[in-house]
Order: sequence, then C-alpha cells, then structure tokens
Amino acid sequence: MDFDLTSEQKMIRDTVREFAEAEIAPHAAEWDRTEHFPIEVFRKMGELGFLGLTIPEEYGGAGADMISYCLAVEEIGRACGGTGLSYEAHVSLACTPILLYGTEEQKKKYLVPMARGEALGAFGLTEPGAGSDAGGTRTTAVLEGDKWVITGNKIFNTNGGYAKYVVLTALTDPASRGISAFIVPTDAEGFSVSKPYEKLGMRASNTVELILDHVRVPKENLLGPLNAGFKQFLSTLDGGRVAIAALAVGIARAAFETALAYAKTRVQFGQAISKFQAIQHKLADMAMHIDLARNAVMKAAWLKDQGRPYTLEASYAKLFASEMCTRTCEQAIQILGGYGYMREYPVERHYRDAKLVEIGEGTSEIQRLVIARQLGC
Amino acid sequence: MHVVVLMKQTFDTEERIRLVDGKIAEDGVKWIINPYDEYAVEEAIQLKENQGATVTVVSVGNENTTQALRTALAMGADEAVLIEAPDLSDERAIAKAIVAYLKDKSFDVLLAGNFSVDNGAGQVAIRVAHELGLPHIAAVTKLTIEGNQATGVREIDGDVQTVTATLPALFTAQQGLNEPRYPSLPNIMKAKKKPLTTLTLSDLGLSNDDVAAKVERVEVTLPPKRQAGQKITGTPDEQAEQLAEILVKALR
Ligand SMILES: Cc1cc2nc3c(=O)[nH]c(=O)nc-3n(C[C@H](O)[C@H](O)[C@H](O)COP(=O)(O)OP(=O)(O)OC[C@H]3O[C@@H](n4cnc5c(N)ncnc54)[C@H](O)[C@@H]3O)c2cc1C
Ligand SMILES: Cc1cc2nc3c(=O)[nH]c(=O)nc-3n(C[C@H](O)[C@H](O)[C@H](O)COP(=O)(O)OP(=O)(O)OC[C@H]3O[C@@H](n4cnc5c(N)ncnc54)[C@H](O)[C@@H]3O)c2cc1C
Repeated sequence: MDFDLTSEQKMIRDTVREFAEAEIAPHAAEWDRTEHFPIEVFRKMGELGFLGLTIPEEYGGAGADMISYCLAVEEIGRACGGTGLSYEAHVSLACTPILLYGTEEQKKKYLVPMARGEALGAFGLTEPGAGSDAGGTRTTAVLEGDKWVITGNKIFNTNGGYAKYVVLTALTDPASRGISAFIVPTDAEGFSVSKPYEKLGMRASNTVELILDHVRVPKENLLGPLNAGFKQFLSTLDGGRVAIAALAVGIARAAFETALAYAKTRVQFGQAISKFQAIQHKLADMAMHIDLARNAVMKAAWLKDQGRPYTLEASYAKLFASEMCTRTCEQAIQILGGYGYMREYPVERHYRDAKLVEIGEGTSEIQRLVIARQLGC
Repeated sequence: MHVVVLMKQTFDTEERIRLVDGKIAEDGVKWIINPYDEYAVEEAIQLKENQGATVTVVSVGNENTTQALRTALAMGADEAVLIEAPDLSDERAIAKAIVAYLKDKSFDVLLAGNFSVDNGAGQVAIRVAHELGLPHIAAVTKLTIEGNQATGVREIDGDVQTVTATLPALFTAQQGLNEPRYPSLPNIMKAKKKPLTTLTLSDLGLSNDDVAAKVERVEVTLPPKRQAGQKITGTPDEQAEQLAEILVKALR
C-alpha cells in the first residue's frame, strides 16, 4: 500500500492548480453569469498539454496516467465547474474512444490535433428518447457507396458548439438494434448545432443539441467494429465516471474552503461561528466526505492504471463523490447563512454546478443499478 | 553557449511559518523554486530558445530539492545537478560548494536570483562570482547577450542603469526580468528522462573544514504578535482628546 503520489503526479497537480488559480478561478463567477465558454483558456490549456494529458506522446499527448488526470480535473473543477466539465468531456469522452478503438490512421488524423489542443472534441450519445437507456438511440447511419449517411439528433452535448470533431453513436442495424460509433467532423454538410441550452449550473460549459441531416462521412470514419458501439461507450463511460467524480471532489473542495474560511471570520453572539459545535460538525463532515471521495477516485484511477477491472469502483466513486458534492455545497451555503444564498459569494454557484454531476455520465439511479449488477443482483 | 543557473528551493511564499523546538517546522510545507531564481531559470530557457544554449541548473540542498530541479527541467532546462549537503547553513559555505562544482566547468553565463525569499541574504551568487573572479551584474530587469558581450539593465532609485560585462559573467535576476512559464504537462513527463546528477561535498573534494559555518544562528523567533486594536468611543471631541492622550503616552 502506498498513498504517496509520484513526483510527476505532484508536479502535474501543482502546475494545473497554479494555472487554474491564475487563469480560471478569477473569471469563473463572470463566466457563470454570462454563460461564457472560455475558448481562450482552452487554447492556453492546449498549448500547455492539458488537453491530451492521458494520450501517449506518439499521438501528441503527455502520456500521463489516470491518477494525474484525475488530479488535474479536480484542480480545474475547483476553479470552475463548467470549465472542468468541458475539459473532462474532451479528454475522457472524445479523445479516449479514439485512442482505444481508432485505427492508426484515425488516431493520426483526429486524435493528434485534439491531444495537442488544436481541436476540441465532443461525445454524442444522449438523444431525446435515449438518456439513461442509451439503447434507445434513433439516429441512423446507412452505408451508401463509400459514405455513411447519418441522420438524427443528439441532445445535451457538451462542447458541441466549439468542437471540431464529435464521436457519436448511431443505429447501423435497426433490426437487431446494432449501434456503431462514428467520428464526425462538425464542418460536414448537413451538420448543425442549436443555440446553447440555458442551464441551472455548469454555465461556463457549452451545451448544445447536434442536428444531423443526412451528414455524409467517409466509410473509414466508423470507429471500432460495426455494431460494437454499445460496448465501446460503456467502457468509455467507465473512465469518464472516475474523472467526473474527480470533478465533484474539486467543486466540493472549493465550497468547503470558502465555508471554512468564512466560519473562522464570521462573528455572531460574540465569537467566530466556527466555535459553535453545530458549525464544527458540519465542517468536520464536509472535510471527511471530500477526503473519502478523493480516496475512492484515486483507487478507481489506480485500478485503471494497473490495467485491472474498475467498473464497480468507478461507479462507487461517481455515486459517492457526486452526492457528497451536492450535500457539501448545500452545507456550505448553510454555513454562510444569507450570504451563501447570494451571488456575491461563490457557494451558490458551486451548488448549482454540483447538481449536474448526479445526472451526467449516468445518473445516481443508474450508478446504483450498475453496482447492484456487479453484486450479482 | 552554456548557461548555468544557481537555484534554491524555498518555502512557498504563502506558507505560514511555524516554530517547533526553536526550529522552523518543515513538515507538510509546500516547496517552490525561489521566485527570483525562477526568473533566472526562465531567462536561461529563453536564451536557449532564442540564441541556442544548453542550460544546467544547480542547487545545493537535500533529496527534497530534486522536486525543484525537476520543475526546472520541466520548464526546459537540459540537465540538473544536486549538491547534496543538507547541513550547510551559511551563505559562504553554500557558495564554496557551488564554486567547487563550477571551477573546472566551462560556461558563458551564470544566472541566479537576486536573493532568496527565505533567508534574504542575497550573498551566495555574488560570492560565487567573487571567488571565480567573474564580473557580475546584480538585480537585472533586462539582459542582452551579443557574442561575448552582455548588457544588463538595473533599476536604481526610480532610474535605470545600463551595465556591460564581458562573458563569462554572473547575473542575478530581479522581478520584471521576464514572466516565468508554466511547465507544460508533456514536459513534466519528459523531465523524468533528463539527467539529474547528485554530488556530495566529498565528490567535490571539500572537507568539513572547508565549509564550516562562519555565522552561527543563535535563535529563531517569530515576529511579536500584533497587539489588539483599541477602540475609541464618545463624541468627536472626546475621541480627539482620548487619541491625543494615547499618542502623547506612546511618544514618551
Ligand atoms: C449539462 C449536461 C451535459 C451533458 N453532456 C452530455 C454529452 O456531452 N454527451 C452526451 O451524450 N450526453 C450528455 N448529457 C446527457 C446526460 O448524460 C443525460 O442527461 C443523462 O444520462 C440522463 O439522461 P436523461 O436526461 O435522458 O434522463 P432519463 O434517462 O430520462 O432519466 C430521468 C430519471 O429517471 C431515472 N431512471 C432512468 N432509468 C432508470 C432505471 N432503469 N432505474 C431507475 N431510475 C431510472 C434517472 O435516474 C433519472 O432520475 C449531458 C447532460 C447535461 C445536463
Ligand atoms: C432572500 C433573503 C431574504 C431575507 N429577508 C429578510 C428580511 O426581509 N428582513 C430581515 O431582517 N432579514 C432578512 N433576511 C436575512 C435572514 O434572516 C438572515 O440571513 C438569517 O437570519 C441568517 O443570518 P445571517 O445570514 O447573518 O447568517 P449568520 O447568523 O451569520 O449565520 C451563519 C451560520 O452560522 C450559524 N449560527 C449562527 N449562530 C449560531 C449559534 N449560536 N449556534 C450555532 N450556529 C450558529 C447559522 O445557523 C448559519 O449556519 C433575508 C435573507 C435572505 C437570504
């Protein structure tokens, strides 16, 4: 057993923290208020190699492990939930499936620019009739000559308005509900996106609907074997769940840090409210839950780095961290009292951001279902 | 061109200093490259990028110092040297160790920080220049190298002074020289593969006598606690009277 990070892991965490504190955190409140997607910051992150952190060097990435990546997501999420979500979607959901299932040619053509930060990626799975039940996909892809013709709608798509490439799923065998994955360039004819959604939280993250009207992509843009799309995105989501759990830890930490500092300086009844046992117990629970959630994230990430199965631990981490995050942010508001309810303090934003993590990449109900299945129920 | 940077690992400037048994506690502390030395590292890397140079970073410290050296490698330095001597305490001894390392090396530019934010003595680099018989320009905010000529700009009392020197020479970096870069994440991973050599004092042919401290640290204390403020109440006239009384008492 060894709980120490390696010197590279520490250096990556510290560098990302320093970057996030200087370049992201000071703007997070404004991006939230104005629903601004910070594309300019993604360019900077690209130059510093953030956008290909887990991608091997030969494909333009940094070649770091899952632990380093989770530490990075936590730091970015601590500075701004929405930026963390967009970052996570690019790396875990768009880059990773191409790394895992792409041909050498696909990796060179699509993964390299995404890992280098020259192009942003998105992942399109959810549809109006296919949320938790991704098997309900209605988007179709039909082979006509040497082109796939794709038609359908993908909703709630993170990064869709800024992405150069989208990895998405479509029905390729309607009779047996065979689903396949495709790489679709967003400048293809027939591809368009809606106006961004107006969201409760994660407002710095770009979320749009993708509309595909007879979009023709070359035959080679099929990602992985035909009709294997379902299995592919299940394994893609496993990795994503660990990372989004790290995002929850980051958001919770931000709320906790604000609450702790506030409690030490806010005086009522002649003393700092941190001297009241009722407040102390809240802070103690928050600190403990954050630490336990991070441990769950680190364990799942470590298992993945070791090449071991981690589906169960990924769901543990995602479920515990996301629910803990909402609770922690809610308690942070409580500790700040009336001030916590106001925009002037960041905790109401953290609370709004937190809620998404209980929904995206598999709702809490679905995580419990995954866990129960792993238990053999 | 060979550029050697002298750098020190220090406490993060935001770290709270705690004393345990009369010593500064180091457990759980975040360590960084001394901010002025970071300007020196950045300047060296810019010389490498713009004019072609190899960059060696040298630090006297302990095993923990490798973290700072790896950061410098991740920023773009080519190789690192750790002189492992955790017990050296005064600036003279540290300068001796660095001189022992440098004396048979060839280099064109020596860069260091103006001073370290922990001890604040500002002596090591200047002592090294002195012992090696090199010209030095301290606290530069701009440095230009052309052939074997260097021009340094320093800010003095609201004015600027331009100083030239012939290489090899030593320069210490002042805030304003440049904006240190973030190490890129791929470079952090690659830094692992760059050479980092560890030397002991005996490797450098130094005996304990050679590096014996000339300065003894007698005591370390924290600054006195700030006194609680005093509140003056009453009408403006009463307040003025009270304030005058307090001031007169304090001045006596
Ligand atoms: C900000 C944001 C960004 C997103 N980004 C992306 C993206 O980039 N790409 C993408 O593909 N999708 C994305 N999504 C979609 C997200 O993954 C889905 O919203 C999520 O999977 C839930 O699907 P749904 O919204 O259709 O809800 P539904 O599946 O309709 O669920 C509604 C409720 O029913 C529950 N439920 C459903 N099935 C069961 C069951 N079997 N047992 C018990 N309870 C059940 C759910 O837990 C939930 O409480 C994003 C969503 C948001 C809000
Ligand atoms: C939308 C809104 C509308 C409002 N409208 C009005 C209004 O119309 N008129 C008006 O007068 N006020 C109004 N308020 C103010 C509201 O009543 C206060 O916010 C509330 O009483 C809490 O006070 P506070 O915000 O100063 O928090 P604090 O009193 O500073 O409390 C901070 C935290 O410390 C805890 N705490 C404080 N003392 C103790 C203790 N002794 N033991 C344990 N825990 C303690 C609190 O429970 C809380 O968790 C409004 C507030 C909001 C947000």
